[in-house]
Amino acid sequence: MKADQTLDCIGLYCPIPIVKIATKIKDLKTGEILEVVGDDKGIKLDVPAWCQATGHELLGIEEQGGEIKVYVKKAPN
Amino acid sequence: MAKKEKLTIAVLSGDLERALAAFMLAVTGASMDMEVSMFFTFWGLNIVKKNEGTMKSKGLMKKMLNMMNRGGSKRLKLSRFNMLGLGTWMMKDLMKQANMPSIDEYIAMAKDMGVELIACTTTCGVMGISPEKDSFRSEVGSLAGAAYFLSEARKSGVTLFI
Repeated sequence: MKADQTLDCIGLYCPIPIVKIATKIKDLKTGEILEVVGDDKGIKLDVPAWCQATGHELLGIEEQGGEIKVYVKKAPN
Repeated sequence: MAKKEKLTIAVLSGDLERALAAFMLAVTGASMDMEVSMFFTFWGLNIVKKNEGTMKSKGLMKKMLNMMNRGGSKRLKLSRFNMLGLGTWMMKDLMKQANMPSIDEYIAMAKDMGVELIACTTTCGVMGISPEKDSFRSEVGSLAGAAYFLSEARKSGVTLFI
């Protein structure tokens, strides 16, 4: 999937990726896509929950080896 | 924009792992667009007591209490496996290796994200702390009592007692 920005969360455990995503998403424009790359398995349930709470759209989760990529589309403010 | 959901946390414990859990939830709540308040009471006050200097307090009993229970984020211990500090030191080291923030970093992060830190005035007295902002680190925004906690809690979707 093509993303506008990427956030590296490799080696970071819950809840830090969520905190970083929440900060990073502010830099994006509405409709832009943020790619989050992490290796903490918690991210697979945490990001969907965060999206539900904040209204941003979860586009998909990809897993290759130990690496997890999550795509989030920014919702209007 | 919709009204923000609220998360209110009462922190009664001064155990390191409980303090960490409370701050993890606080910063996550703030990340989820929640309005977060943390109330520190009884042993929980140790988390936000100043790390440096002597604690000002009036009266012999309160002075003794402060000497025996100096508090401050750097002096928090694990509730189990402290083993004269060795267990706590090991856990802190493991956390560092795993890139996990320290309790001090969590406190700063919480403040940056707009989490409100409140010290309970009543238990200040019981714990031998003079109920002034000067007794606490700068991140503590205000001192308040039980009625303020309850008024926040009744407006909150989530209230936790840690």
